[in-house]
Amino acid sequence: MKDLIAKLKKHYKLTEPDYRRADLTFVTAQKDELRSLLIALRDIEGFTHLVLLTAVDWLEEGLFQLTYMLNNRAANRTLALRVMIPRANAVGDTIHDLWPTAETYQRELREMFGIDFPGSPRVNDEFILEGWTDMPPYRRDFDSLAYSLQTYRERPGRVTHDPREHMKKALYPDQKPEAAK
Amino acid sequence: MMFNLKTDRSQYPQPGPDGKLEIDLETGKYLKLWQGPNHPGITGNMSVELTVCGDEVVAGKTHVGYLHRGFEKLMERRSFIQVFPIVCRVCVPEPDFNEYCYAAAVEELAGIKVPELANWMRTLILEMGRFNSYMMFLGGISGALGLGVVGQWMTYVRDLMLDRFEELTGARIYHMFILPGGVRGHLPDGFAGRMEEVLRTAEKYLADVEKVMFRNAVYKRRTKGIGVIDPKLFEPYGVTGPNARAGGVAKDLRKDAPYLVYNELDFEVQTGKDSDIHTRVDVRYRDIHQSIALIRQILQKMPKDGPVMAKIPNVLHWQIPRGETYIKGESSRGEYGYYLVTDGSGYPRRINVRGPSYTHAMALLEHLIPGTNISDVAQLMVSLHTYPPEIER
Amino acid sequence: MKHFDPTFKKDTEKEFPLREEMRPRTVETPDGQTIEIEPLKDYFCEAPPKVHPKAYSKIVEDFYNWARAESLWILGFGTGCGAIEMRPLMTPRFDAYRWGIQWRPTPRQSNLLMISGYLSIKTLKRAIRAYEQMQQPKYVVGLGSCTINGGMYWDSYNTIKRLDDYLPVDMYIAGCMPRPEALLAGFVALKKIIKAGKAEGANLYAENFAQYKANQKAVIKDWDMPDYSW
Repeated sequence: MKDLIAKLKKHYKLTEPDYRRADLTFVTAQKDELRSLLIALRDIEGFTHLVLLTAVDWLEEGLFQLTYMLNNRAANRTLALRVMIPRANAVGDTIHDLWPTAETYQRELREMFGIDFPGSPRVNDEFILEGWTDMPPYRRDFDSLAYSLQTYRERPGRVTHDPREHMKKALYPDQKPEAAK
Repeated sequence: MMFNLKTDRSQYPQPGPDGKLEIDLETGKYLKLWQGPNHPGITGNMSVELTVCGDEVVAGKTHVGYLHRGFEKLMERRSFIQVFPIVCRVCVPEPDFNEYCYAAAVEELAGIKVPELANWMRTLILEMGRFNSYMMFLGGISGALGLGVVGQWMTYVRDLMLDRFEELTGARIYHMFILPGGVRGHLPDGFAGRMEEVLRTAEKYLADVEKVMFRNAVYKRRTKGIGVIDPKLFEPYGVTGPNARAGGVAKDLRKDAPYLVYNELDFEVQTGKDSDIHTRVDVRYRDIHQSIALIRQILQKMPKDGPVMAKIPNVLHWQIPRGETYIKGESSRGEYGYYLVTDGSGYPRRINVRGPSYTHAMALLEHLIPGTNISDVAQLMVSLHTYPPEIER
Repeated sequence: MKHFDPTFKKDTEKEFPLREEMRPRTVETPDGQTIEIEPLKDYFCEAPPKVHPKAYSKIVEDFYNWARAESLWILGFGTGCGAIEMRPLMTPRFDAYRWGIQWRPTPRQSNLLMISGYLSIKTLKRAIRAYEQMQQPKYVVGLGSCTINGGMYWDSYNTIKRLDDYLPVDMYIAGCMPRPEALLAGFVALKKIIKAGKAEGANLYAENFAQYKANQKAVIKDWDMPDYSW
């Protein structure tokens, strides 16, 4: 797929290509060129199937990575575009007029990550969660176990076995246990 | 004397300038029906809020989320080996696809090569899972139409296959057999003979299903020409799998992008022409026979001996360098994929499960529903073979 | 497994706003009057659930319990993954029907609610409504380890961990998921309890109604239905 990336690089700014497999490539695109790039891929290059649209939370860098994955079935090629948007005030461009199925993906990202897609149909409707008032749950700073411990009462008697401690005791029974840090 | 029955559509809402139906809920012409979480149209929990005018549905809104467990968040909290027991629980009729996609994604990013016998066993398990899922589908479509006996037969045949699963993996529903590095064990002795008995019983029952269901006049009347999906909608709405094949588009990932050992197996892609409910069920029925033939082929061509598990690093300290990948396969419902992102620590950064029902049951259903009769909504939903847990995980 | 972040505090301040049409307001009736309505108030009967009294003599009560145990009709509401192991019970291979156990479509026609697996908050709201609409005497069976202590999803923000905080449970069947034979063994054990007169879940619910309701409202933040829907 190097020829495809070389061809697109003439018109669009594409960085960090990752030729993962012969039929799968990841490349970073710019947010303002995204729409025209998607239209070019769909109409000219034959990448007509939108496989998925999801987000990855890079909390340490303060960015959300939106991944748009397109597939050209006839040529068996998949190209995934990474678009980095800032975490604070995350807004993406809606593509529901290019692929109507993107509306579902955008609704999920709005609810689970808090990334807004203004203009997408039903994007502010509750999708999966009902009566949710906390922060969007798929973000890295939302701690699911802490939330669960504070909301749902547990049944007493649960014992946790840490595999490392168990193996240490099994392999080195004479060693004194380390002082807890 | 022939009655001149011309449908008077003046009482139904008319399409406005943008093509959408103009619905004014204040006029009292409409009734809102809630087809709630449990109904004959779905195996799983999903509801559709129907706006009905007379006998005909004019609008539908889907509601999901009854089975949300926050899988993708839970998987981020577990190390790579701890994810594999939880991964199969995303999908109940066909759990092995999740295990395979996750294992293949981890193997690709960690650079582990799986031995050949493990690939053959994975293919065998995937085909057995596909068979089970189709059994549940046939039970579902006949149950939605009111023909209950097919559901009983198919549940029985599915039970026989679950016995083979139990013999091979130790559990009926959640197998946890395919893990990163290979599979957990070898085939027991005499497995091929017992599997052949199950397949013969299945073929006998499927011949009965053909007589009872496919030649049934009521079934034909209720499914032919109903729920037609225009093939031009396949790409914009992301329709894959048997739903697309019923419209003449020969999309089968086992042929387009072969994975595991499918390029050594001999099979045909089953397609249909009219993209209505009858054809979708027919395509899947032929696919079951294809699956049965594939299972026989795999058992015959499999290497007799060999290792089943590659060497994986110490799972307590397993860290995978930063990278991302996407593994896909053709499940019984359509294109199933896992998008895995790692960041160099011992935990996955992000796992996204791309289930086929995500695209079939939400935007496509809301597009198809206006214009159907209330009694056809259930068959339409089942014929798309939606399974809600993969929508909301 | 990652340990949790002790500094994380969930948001307890924000309330989920009630929908416009559910708030108390003034409306104009078709015949011209102006009245105040409260959509969440149950105008038919505002009474909380009552304890079902025992029969007037022990022999009659034993006979009633025998009859109830031998005709357990299950509400056909598959709340989670366990529903798939209930389907084989309807086939001749495992055959729950020989014990008089049937699956019924509506809560009014059933006396056993099987919570098959995990309960997300959205389904919990519907399961409570279904349970309250069933007629006394009624029983609840928790299927799978998710109803006992959270199971596989013990660290999930959307599934409950203890079913008996929200609904009174008479019997648990452990497993993930339990085989059909385990389900049948669970039914046999439940029948023993019913015949001994010890299956008092519904009466427990009526006696501790306020506490169950407080537990339910603590997790279901958008409570937009009457307190007790019978």
